[in-house]
Amino acid sequence: MEKRLISYIWTHTRKQQLWILLVVAVSMIPYFMSFDLPKQIVNGPIQGQGFESEGATQTFMRIAFDLPYLGNVVVFPGLELTRIQTLYALSLVFLALVVINGLFKLYINTYKGRLGERLLRRIRFDLIDRVLRFPPNQFKRVKGAEIASMVKDEVEPLGGFTGDAFVQPALLGGQAVTALVFIILQNYWLGLMAALIVAVQAIIIPKMRKRLLVLGRERQLTARELSGRVGEIVDGISTIHSYDTSNFERADISARLGRIFKIRYDLYQWKFMVKFLNNFLAQVTPFLFYCIGGYLALNGRLDIGQLVAVIGAYKDLPGPLKELIDWDQSRQDVQIKFVQVVEQFNVDNMIDPEVHKVIDGGDVKFKPPLAAVNLTLVDDSGARLLERVSLQIQPGEKVAMIGGEALAEAFARINWPESGKVVAGGEDLLSLPEAVTGRHISYVSSEFYIFQGTLWDNLLYGLKHAPVRPASYDATGEAQRRWAIEEARLAGNPVHDINSDWIDYESALVTGPDELYSAVHPVLDAVMLTNDIMDLALRSAIDPATHETLAARIVEMRKGLRDTLEHEGLDGLIVPFELNSYNIEATVGENLLFGTATGPDLIGAAIAKNEYFREVLSSTGLHKTLFAMGYEIAENAIELFGDLPPDHPFFQQLTFMTAEDIPEYQLLLQKLSKGGFDAASEEERYNIIRLSFAYIEPRHRFGLLDKQLMDKIVEARRKFHDELPEELQGQIERYDPDRYMASATLRDNVLFGRISQKHSDGAERIRKVAIDLFNERGLEQMILAVGLEFDVGAGGKRLTSVQRLKLNLARALVRNSTYFILNRPLPGLDARIQDHIVRDVIDLLGRRDTNPAIVWVLSNPSLANLFDRVVVFDRGVLVEDGTHETLAEKGGIFKELLSS
Amino acid sequence: MLLKDEVKMLQQLPLFAGVPPTKLKLLAFTSDRLSFRAGDILFRQGDAGDAAYVILTGKADILVDSPSGQIKVAEVEYNSIVGEIAILCDVSRTATVKAAEPVEVLKISKDDFLKLLNDFPDIAIEIMRVLASRLSHVTSELTEVRSRQRQTG
Repeated sequence: MEKRLISYIWTHTRKQQLWILLVVAVSMIPYFMSFDLPKQIVNGPIQGQGFESEGATQTFMRIAFDLPYLGNVVVFPGLELTRIQTLYALSLVFLALVVINGLFKLYINTYKGRLGERLLRRIRFDLIDRVLRFPPNQFKRVKGAEIASMVKDEVEPLGGFTGDAFVQPALLGGQAVTALVFIILQNYWLGLMAALIVAVQAIIIPKMRKRLLVLGRERQLTARELSGRVGEIVDGISTIHSYDTSNFERADISARLGRIFKIRYDLYQWKFMVKFLNNFLAQVTPFLFYCIGGYLALNGRLDIGQLVAVIGAYKDLPGPLKELIDWDQSRQDVQIKFVQVVEQFNVDNMIDPEVHKVIDGGDVKFKPPLAAVNLTLVDDSGARLLERVSLQIQPGEKVAMIGGEALAEAFARINWPESGKVVAGGEDLLSLPEAVTGRHISYVSSEFYIFQGTLWDNLLYGLKHAPVRPASYDATGEAQRRWAIEEARLAGNPVHDINSDWIDYESALVTGPDELYSAVHPVLDAVMLTNDIMDLALRSAIDPATHETLAARIVEMRKGLRDTLEHEGLDGLIVPFELNSYNIEATVGENLLFGTATGPDLIGAAIAKNEYFREVLSSTGLHKTLFAMGYEIAENAIELFGDLPPDHPFFQQLTFMTAEDIPEYQLLLQKLSKGGFDAASEEERYNIIRLSFAYIEPRHRFGLLDKQLMDKIVEARRKFHDELPEELQGQIERYDPDRYMASATLRDNVLFGRISQKHSDGAERIRKVAIDLFNERGLEQMILAVGLEFDVGAGGKRLTSVQRLKLNLARALVRNSTYFILNRPLPGLDARIQDHIVRDVIDLLGRRDTNPAIVWVLSNPSLANLFDRVVVFDRGVLVEDGTHETLAEKGGIFKELLSS
Repeated sequence: MLLKDEVKMLQQLPLFAGVPPTKLKLLAFTSDRLSFRAGDILFRQGDAGDAAYVILTGKADILVDSPSGQIKVAEVEYNSIVGEIAILCDVSRTATVKAAEPVEVLKISKDDFLKLLNDFPDIAIEIMRVLASRLSHVTSELTEVRSRQRQTG
């Protein structure tokens, strides 16, 4: 990248800059014409010059030239107009000039704006392109948030400057020089004086601005560091909390903000100081004119008319001059910004753009075997990780590596050789395009990143090498797309369509999108992720409109589930929702509502405030009963929890109150101990009644629900639904055994009831039965598909760490590579599960026709017997290499490792 | 069975006899009420102990693994506690407990129990008293056995 912004702009926008200069020059013609016109209107038609006689006319708009050799050429003979007509005509011309000037301005500004935005797009893309081509070790030094802040914020002003980079100095410089020349023509000495002051301005002001520039640079660096630190805080939040260092971080941020404030305030002060001086110098010139020019005029050495003309001409000078100085200021400002940014992105050993070339499907020949030749690797500190290792991995081989993580990294091009090389069929791996290595070698390690998106997106991430099938567009989409391509070209961006189908189906061993699922499912099984995804699906809500079949089948399944449970003697495990009976396992509130509240008037605490709901309670007399119930619950809660500290974990069991509520209720109970219901205000009543809503008899066991009360609640429920006013109609979804509930999770839809609390592992048992039923009824795929739509969150943080590891392995296994390099992909996983997954993965890959090679760096040497060949490293040196049997017998390091 | 009945039941257990009823109520409230069908296992020998079970209704068998298979060593029923050692110290289950008929229990988890002891040291003293008296009982029995052994031996 160019070192100077001006040359960067010139290189990429040369033609446009020249064009805009031309347009600006042309626009000067109507601009100056519009200056002259008012005088013509006033002198001509208004004051009557040239219309002295009655009925006099004048020629208007005659266009004729005196050309050499041709004589007088008349293009337009002109119109003969009277005084009034001339007035109208000239006024109309004035209006036309106003419009033309405006249009020129509009065009110029839009053009400059577009030029700037395009250049901004280009710079940003160039920078990110460079990030993508950084050598791996560069990432050990940079912070993501700092790069983001550079790409996003620091280059932003560059775009605004681009349009003015050449036009502004040309235009303003021209204006200033004209004004100066004009003054000099009026009076040589006064003109010279003005020029002298201008020169002083031009020399002193930029000098003073030096400090501004230094401060500006500091401001940029400190702000960038701040975003780096903010990024660190976000990424390291759990570490901060677990070590109680949040106040240390606060102090650090405060110190940084203090520094930034100081710099900015300094900057501010200097800026206005310079401004003051600048204004002062600009005003000194008229002072000299008045003072010296006046003196000369009084002495008769200067014509008064001349002096007035000089002063008149001078008023045109400071404006352009000031703007010119401002332009220079912003030029230096953006130049510094540019240099500061570009410095960070000019890195040695950048990956050659050729290596990243987009290559479509068939063109990626890879020549096995993969081999290390006399390979030495070092880490950042220079310590040796691998010492002159030579090793060949034939296609289809299954190799266990004990140690040798660095070698695996070298195979993945993450660690670049210090000496020696990694070759594929004799060619240096680093010189091969990524299109070849990135498709034929699948590398998995515990250092990975999960991108924000759905599970499905992440599983297919490793297949998106190149746009395979273009997206199809309708007419508007097509036009939009053409525009996008054109614009991308103009800004030097690539034109690949993100909306194309990027999934390389061939690489997933399928022929098209419909078969993808069948390729993904066995992989999920092999890494033991299927159950997790099922659970995610069951916990998520689906829209029955888009998942029509699934919703219908789930409703069908409700009865099936109940029958199966009954068959297995597990009836009673689910207490179903029935319109005419009280559900003992649900809360009183749920029993009253008999549905899922979806609207703001009924959800959560709002329901106790809802007029209609209150009316139903009081009309059925329930309000008094529930008040008594709530009162007793409050008493119990206070008795049980009154003397516990407010942060006590037992409060988690208290579902109807928080620890903070306890003292309030204590006061309330004292107040109401005599008068009871009648003494309570409306609000107090509902504060008490509210407590009863969360009550579940089998769970809380206060003995507050009897048959009579339950019947009453069911009656109130019926009344509530029968007379539901219109504005609440859409705010509740009633439990209906024959309808899918959109607001409830899949799981709740299958259960359609509450799990009885008293069975020790009820939920787990039902889960097993339900999953068997899904499989039986062929629903598994649909439900998995719902689970795969789960958004994994930033960095996959909505998944557990084990799920992330499994997903990371799965997305590699979906690919059909020639080599699978698995570098301790499952650290920290339960040994039993690890064992299971290793076996399943070897089995899965072994069953493929392509028979890929596997190189697995094992954390647990005892699994080495699953592989054809075992390679053992000790302190970076290859010490043993052979089949499991030979090494196990040999009595070397491997045997020692096995027995330890 | 209501919370207050559970409290009464707990009061009758020697281990909790000296604990004030309000604290027993809190313990009962934070504990889970579970039911097991005949043949269901409450816990297995060798598992890590994480809870004690108070039998509210029904009967359960205490089984111990032996080389010749599981043998029943005792029976527990209404108003008794099993697995209480596990919530006082870190030992694995020394026996398997299996419901002989439908059983209802109160499952007192170790965590909740220890938290309660933490907050109300008086309870700890009461429990210690019970344990100490058990220990002295066992010690005196042991002494008796030893002295008898010495006489016969």
